[in-house]
Amino acid sequence: MIRVHAEPFDAGGELAAFAARVEGAGAIASFLGLVRGESGGADVSVLELEHYPPLTERTVAAIGEDARDRFALIGFAIVHRTGALAPGEPIVFVAAAAAHRRAAFEAVDYMMDRLKTEAPFWKREHGANGSRWIEARDEDLRDRARWA
Amino acid sequence: MATILFLGRLRETVGTGVLDVTLPEGVRDAESLRDWLGRDHPALREPSIRIAVNAELHPGSAPLAERDEIAFLPPVSGG
Repeated sequence: MIRVHAEPFDAGGELAAFAARVEGAGAIASFLGLVRGESGGADVSVLELEHYPPLTERTVAAIGEDARDRFALIGFAIVHRTGALAPGEPIVFVAAAAAHRRAAFEAVDYMMDRLKTEAPFWKREHGANGSRWIEARDEDLRDRARWA
Repeated sequence: MATILFLGRLRETVGTGVLDVTLPEGVRDAESLRDWLGRDHPALREPSIRIAVNAELHPGSAPLAERDEIAFLPPVSGG
């Protein structure tokens, strides 16, 4: 299951709904990403997320399906916000259900690394010092390369 | 008319998020479109800028058609 939308989501509710949906899982791992209130020492007041809907949804779905195949998942969930977000707000939720914990942990890590480096989202931070576009960091690219 | 989208920071680089253009003779595929637009907007020539045709990446040398939607995508920052 994937969703990409501007409306806020409730991570607890997402996790409970996911757990109710997957049958026969022995392990569920999840990750929740939040908007940081500072960046490079400067306060961030708003994080703006732009996307390209037809390509973004297809890419996000493909990342989940690749994780399902690679880690023999019973199910996965990816929820990603778009639009204007405030510090502290949930921006991304990822969950994986598997027979055992290792596959679930790794699948979540894998999906996040690919979302960071491949999913067509563009972030712009707005703060006291103006606005700044964000791009994947070298660290993100190195993390992604672990799964090659 | 083809529709050309400039996503993320490219909207500011080019000065608009969307251009409706009649493709000139000689602009047959995504890379020749990049060359053509790159004369006015050199940033579009950066190798890290990817091009999607009708929301498909890696269009290669597939010919462009009228009514295609062509998107220029800067490096992403999801998650």
